[in-house]
Amino acid sequence: MASLGALSSLVGRHPVAAFGVFFALFPFLMPYKALASQVLIFGLFALGFNLLYGYTGLLSFGHAAYYGLGAYGTGIALAKLKIGSLWLGLAAGPLLAVLGGVAIGFFCLRRRGIYFAMLTLAFAQLLYFVAFHLSDVTGGDDGLRGIPLLPLNLFGWKIDLEGSLAFYYFSFALVWLAVAGLKRILDSPFGAVLQAIRENGDRASACGYDVNRVKHLSFVFSAFFAGLAGGLDALRLAVVPVESLYWVTSGQVVIMTLLGGAGTFFGPFVGAGTYLVLGDRLAAFTERWPLVIGLIFMAFVLFLPKGIWGTLVAKLPGGNAAGVKP
Amino acid sequence: MASMSRRKFLAATGVTAGAVATQGLFPAVLRAQGEPLRIGCPLPLTGPFAALAADMQRGAQLAQDELNAKGGVMGRKVEVLFRDDELKPAVGAQRTKELIENQKCQFIVGGLAAHVQMAINEQTKKSKVLFISTSQSDEISAKPDTSPITFHEALNPTITSRVMGTWIAQNLGKKWWIIYADYAWGKQNNAVLQDTLQKNGGTLLGATPYPLGSAEFSAHLPKIQAAKPDVLVNVAPGADNVALHKQIKSFGMDKTMKLAQPLLWISYLKEGGPELYQDVYGGINWYWELQDSIPSARKFVEASLKKFNMPPGDYGAYSYSGVLEVARGVELAKSTDAEAVANALRKSPVYDHFKGKEWWRACDNKAMQDMWIVKGRGPGKTKGDWGLMDIVAKVAADEKYDRTCAEKGHA
Amino acid sequence: MDISLAAALPQIFTGLVLGMLFVLLAIGLSLIFGLMTVVNFSHGALYMLGAYCTVFLLGFTRNFWVALLVAPLIVGTFGLLIERFLIRRLYGRHPDDPLLLTFGLSLVLIETAKLIWGKIGLTLDPPRELGGAVNLGFMAFPAYRLFVIAVTVLVLFGLWAFLTRTNVGLIIRAGSRDPLMVRALGIDLNRIWLLVFGIGCGLAGLAGALAGPMRGAYAEMGVNMVIESFVVVVVGGMGSLLGAVVAGILMGQVVGITTYFAPKAAEIMVFVVMALVLLVRPSGLFGEAGLAE
Repeated sequence: MASLGALSSLVGRHPVAAFGVFFALFPFLMPYKALASQVLIFGLFALGFNLLYGYTGLLSFGHAAYYGLGAYGTGIALAKLKIGSLWLGLAAGPLLAVLGGVAIGFFCLRRRGIYFAMLTLAFAQLLYFVAFHLSDVTGGDDGLRGIPLLPLNLFGWKIDLEGSLAFYYFSFALVWLAVAGLKRILDSPFGAVLQAIRENGDRASACGYDVNRVKHLSFVFSAFFAGLAGGLDALRLAVVPVESLYWVTSGQVVIMTLLGGAGTFFGPFVGAGTYLVLGDRLAAFTERWPLVIGLIFMAFVLFLPKGIWGTLVAKLPGGNAAGVKP
Repeated sequence: MASMSRRKFLAATGVTAGAVATQGLFPAVLRAQGEPLRIGCPLPLTGPFAALAADMQRGAQLAQDELNAKGGVMGRKVEVLFRDDELKPAVGAQRTKELIENQKCQFIVGGLAAHVQMAINEQTKKSKVLFISTSQSDEISAKPDTSPITFHEALNPTITSRVMGTWIAQNLGKKWWIIYADYAWGKQNNAVLQDTLQKNGGTLLGATPYPLGSAEFSAHLPKIQAAKPDVLVNVAPGADNVALHKQIKSFGMDKTMKLAQPLLWISYLKEGGPELYQDVYGGINWYWELQDSIPSARKFVEASLKKFNMPPGDYGAYSYSGVLEVARGVELAKSTDAEAVANALRKSPVYDHFKGKEWWRACDNKAMQDMWIVKGRGPGKTKGDWGLMDIVAKVAADEKYDRTCAEKGHA
Repeated sequence: MDISLAAALPQIFTGLVLGMLFVLLAIGLSLIFGLMTVVNFSHGALYMLGAYCTVFLLGFTRNFWVALLVAPLIVGTFGLLIERFLIRRLYGRHPDDPLLLTFGLSLVLIETAKLIWGKIGLTLDPPRELGGAVNLGFMAFPAYRLFVIAVTVLVLFGLWAFLTRTNVGLIIRAGSRDPLMVRALGIDLNRIWLLVFGIGCGLAGLAGALAGPMRGAYAEMGVNMVIESFVVVVVGGMGSLLGAVVAGILMGQVVGITTYFAPKAAEIMVFVVMALVLLVRPSGLFGEAGLAE
């Protein structure tokens, strides 16, 4: 028991390193490598969502918008504009997502609470229908196809990313950087204000913080992470389906984050992993997978609102070290 | 033949001299011994086209049973693995990855929705696995989506609408109104229908798109009624089709104009009922009553009645044929390598599994096949649970109905 | 572009029918939100259940009128169960939680419907008496659709009478303005909330029962309706019943007119209108500022 406590406090103090160690070995724990990549990428998507919901307290029901914009950004850059560089193509995704976050955030943050949630949903739906009909640019409902997975140009070496394992480690490197970035954000004074807003927005405002600006910035960061996930997914699937922007995708990331534990550091990845692995394994046996996940989700909302990781963290000794809840 | 005996020789030495050591070097060899031939089959088992997917599943199972009753393929048992793609491209792609990486499937037959099968195709191209698509799509056999290992068994909008369009213009009337679902399949059919109408000297009174899945047509029907077309041609899939016919009937329009569509699906005919689909004309790739005139159809229908107590449907026929073609290709090539099988199929392109002669066109791996014009039987005229359609005409397969190789981007 | 009266009137009527469905759904949502500050995401699934229950009852009793009467009651009762055993557990917790729970519930209900009634959807026909078209002079309009308009108007009238003329109605209206004060007066709000949730769900069920003969019953039928209904409520103003009625009719017309003139934009229009309204009047047309902001 003592070693468990020591381990968990170690993890609590060095979450980024712990993440690196675990996910470096992760593909070998999964039944097949492509599943590991999917977990990593959706974990990143949930990470972005969690920044806004778990840490800032804003429930967005339309987060698929930024994941979708990221996917389309990268997809269009590589497939339609035929940009020859993997880095530039990948960067286009989160860039487009950030622009979306700035614009949509401006509209939605004018309202709070339920209004905010419904507005984010409505804007995501708007983007979905626009993408559906702009078929010359986005491929419409057939999806954007033919996204090439260009080789990686690193310090003069050309690395082919086609293999499942190669692609995994490429994504892993980027996601690890993103996770480190999140830790920086949360550790900074900005991060403290975020959490203050989650606890009590009016009080934070009374303390003199520009709450709206902070919320907007959090929204944009969140969009960035979601957009990077989208861009990576475009490379992984070689297509961008229009469903990337649909409310079902928004719902999925909400479920994943809640399952894992909102407001915790690793929660999003735990949630993404549980959701995707469970879905993958169950899909081989039953068509009723959506029913099962719906029931599990409801049970969690009612009885385990802290999520899997959140509940674990609350129960383990030493889990709350160093300010950032693991 | 030389390669076969070499492989047999290596297999023999491999087994006797340290299987573990050689496993990394000759994996294909050792896999070939006794391991089943796995064919992955992603289909939308949940979602709006689930009935068609269930039909496809039954068709694939019949093919699997038939092959295994004959001793399998090259001595290996055939196993078809079904996965639900939920009618979503991302899910379809992920399931395909799982089938290939985890289940070691060497062939994929399936896909119902056009957008899903394209996502599946991207994965099979990457992993160099042969894919036979059973979805209605124009793009899958054209550049840039297609590949030498991408085969297309099903009809596509171009063929369907050219055939139906020509027949409608020549037999039902030359003044049309078209109502179509505003997405890829709907738009493709609409474009071809309009072009065909023009080539047959007809007039288009109007063409109305509607948002897919929004079964609210009463906004458009009064306008159409006022225009008095000879024929109302609709391109509405699935549940929309049933809803559309109900609303057409409620406005009394079935009495004042002829009704036609590029495809009639037997599953929706069953759901809507004979009163709704009475005298609605449509195209179809295959209908079970063809067993009266085609021997391979009879064999197929009997097997289905025996195992499932119901005749196979149009989509079940596609998957049945797809699985049998994989087997035929493997037998011809004496290999499970995608390119070898693809080349073998192109070299001997003619086959007949359920509807008479079909053949693969060499440039785009497109299955050329006969089509039939059918119409719904009215109430009182149906035969049993599934005798819902009258066969009106047969349209023999002809490469002219599809786009040319050049139009599809092939040399 | 043919904008003659003969062409415009059918569109207006069609938009009116759609608007009636929106109104029924929006009122239910608004009642529940106004009183309980609960966002019921499963409203669309309950709409779908209303349609399926009607099919089921029709098969059972072969009487459309009975089915139409009983189906909303079944859905409303189901709503009572949802409030009592699910939503009530969440009071005192984070205000987002009921939204999350009802979101999960909607997934479960949709899948369960597929489990019970099959994946392909069911056909539902209007009764013989309402089957044909009525000649209104300027156009022939399907009789059933006129029936839908008539029924909705009747129900709205009954609801208005209930809310303004009965004691319970008075408590409901007071409770949405100031729940604390009502509690302080010793009134058991739990019972009221149960009733309101049930009524709201019953209205959704009625909308589904009415929609069934027009569109059939299939598991995903509520999915887009619920999002559009939320848009209606946001435009009308959360918690305002008058807003729900006005916005519902307005949105029905928006969809109808855009479908006629610019079909491709039809799906987007509702969101555009919502964005515009929110820019100009953030609380919606009739909403009160400060109500859960």
